[in-house]
Amino acid sequence: MNLNLLLQLAVSGFLLGGVYSLIALGLSLIFGVMKVINFAHGEMMVWGMYIAYTLFIWTGIDPFFSFLVSAAILFILGYLLQRTVVNRILDFPEAMQVLPLVGMAMVFENSARIIWGPDYISPQSRFALSSLSLGNVMIDVPRFLAFSLAIVITIVVLFFLKKTDMGKSIRAAADNRIGALLVGKDINKIYAVCFGIGTACVGTAGGLLVPIMPLSPHIGAPFTMISFIIVILGGMGSLAGAMVGGFIIGIAESIGPELITGLFQGVGLDLEFPNTMKQVVSFFILIVILLLRPQGLFGGRRA
Amino acid sequence: MKTVYGLLLVGLVALLILPQFLSSYVLGIFILIFFYAYLGQSWNILTGYTGMISLGHSLYVGIGAYVSAYLAMAAGISPWIGMWIGGVCAALVGLAIGYLGFRFGLRGVYFVLLTIAFAEIGRLIFLHLKAFGSFQGFFITPRFAFANLQFKGNLPYYYIGLGYVVFSLIVVRLLERSKIGRYMVALREDEDAAESLGVDVFKYKMIAIFISAFMTSLAGAFYANYLYYLHPGTIMSMAFSIEIVLRPIIGGMGTVLGPVIGSFLITPLSELSRSYFSQAGYEGLHLVIYGFLLVAVVLFFPRGIISYVKKRMMPLIVRSEKSRTE
Repeated sequence: MNLNLLLQLAVSGFLLGGVYSLIALGLSLIFGVMKVINFAHGEMMVWGMYIAYTLFIWTGIDPFFSFLVSAAILFILGYLLQRTVVNRILDFPEAMQVLPLVGMAMVFENSARIIWGPDYISPQSRFALSSLSLGNVMIDVPRFLAFSLAIVITIVVLFFLKKTDMGKSIRAAADNRIGALLVGKDINKIYAVCFGIGTACVGTAGGLLVPIMPLSPHIGAPFTMISFIIVILGGMGSLAGAMVGGFIIGIAESIGPELITGLFQGVGLDLEFPNTMKQVVSFFILIVILLLRPQGLFGGRRA
Repeated sequence: MKTVYGLLLVGLVALLILPQFLSSYVLGIFILIFFYAYLGQSWNILTGYTGMISLGHSLYVGIGAYVSAYLAMAAGISPWIGMWIGGVCAALVGLAIGYLGFRFGLRGVYFVLLTIAFAEIGRLIFLHLKAFGSFQGFFITPRFAFANLQFKGNLPYYYIGLGYVVFSLIVVRLLERSKIGRYMVALREDEDAAESLGVDVFKYKMIAIFISAFMTSLAGAFYANYLYYLHPGTIMSMAFSIEIVLRPIIGGMGTVLGPVIGSFLITPLSELSRSYFSQAGYEGLHLVIYGFLLVAVVLFFPRGIISYVKKRMMPLIVRSEKSRTE
């Protein structure tokens, strides 16, 4: 096995993990407050990607700036979605909450397909293909920028939740819905804003991913799955867990195929674990976590 | 109840005669109606009766289709036998998923995720298997014969599809009337209460997923020999799982007739809208409509159309009968 290659892959996975953390943060925030899983998460991210891409084509603004527009539009979309659909299903049995959001996922995915076409697009932005070298390790500049911005945004969101009035209301509502109602909080507004922030996180992540990976309307579902896995790995509703989980999954997906191929060859099997199967690594982690520690790494009580 | 059985019998006779008057295109739509009604019914056994939502049933269809088609192509085993072998394979996978999911009492969302995860793993593995044609897909060379489940024209498929639906109706009705079915409904309504009364919740969930996976995979053999082509990207995709789920939800989960009624309502609509929109250049628009439909049905008819009709129409019928006797 080539150690240098593994290190290279680990670094690149770690950088992508920062963006994964941001995606999972949005999902975890929504779940922590409303106990609803946003099954349209990845599909909404794709909308964030396409918005940033469209701005790039129309005005030439680099996705590393226009992600702010993606975030704003996704906030509005999330706010409206909460008000129209999610708010009505909060008291449904847990399982029945899944289906309307799966329906919304189909709406987002296929409307993106109608608007932007079914083909893969990879826009050539300014920083594409440039890289820094750090010792033996090459660092992709777009990946590094996406990572740094994702971390900054994550800190901003956490700061918002800790320090501002709205953030405190959100945390209060997460802790005790009835209590927050009793002290006169407008719970519907809090929920809608919280859902909006969650989807804005994923919209941001979408904008940041535009320079790194080709976009197509159908890449949403795998991202929905990955963010679930991260959130379960970290512990449902735990924000710290979502961040740590993001890095773990980022690295695991990146080095997994290479490592497993190496293992196969180590025991004398002539098998290859192709890169297109990297999701299997995360699904495997999900199964192990569900078996051994269903409450997740940072989860307190079992769900 | 007797009137319902009577109506069903009349419907069945009508469906048996109907093909005489239909074109091949309409027969094709009916075949799809039967196919999805059967799949919805099989899904209904698990989700409708025990309340554990599975969004990974395409996995079982895929296993059934690939196992029976591969056995037929490589070893010359008739799909009529191969489908049962595929069924056993799918049921074993179902048991593995059930063991992981039910052992810890993973409820609601966790179980949904587990089913999706397994279906995705299955899809990715099948996509990379050289024996199944990898990314090109698996082609089946047709050799028309009853033993091969391969026929010229749509008519035989129509009757076989109808047979599948009747078979599933009988199985689900028997299950519903049996003790096992009662236990399943009990644990769906209140798991803790059922457990405290001595119902072995784990056991009955496992039975439900076993039957459901087994029956679902039987439809795979039909699919493979009707289309002569298999690709994990279609038959094992999440979108296909949603297609399976949609009809029983709209018709009414946890009822015997719900999936069939849902399929009769949705399948023709979806086929016509699909061909209409793709001709008009809006490929995928029918899926947008599906999505909104799913949202609307859960919001406004959470128990499906059949319960709504029962609630609204039954009082009318009962009252009119009463007034007649008075």
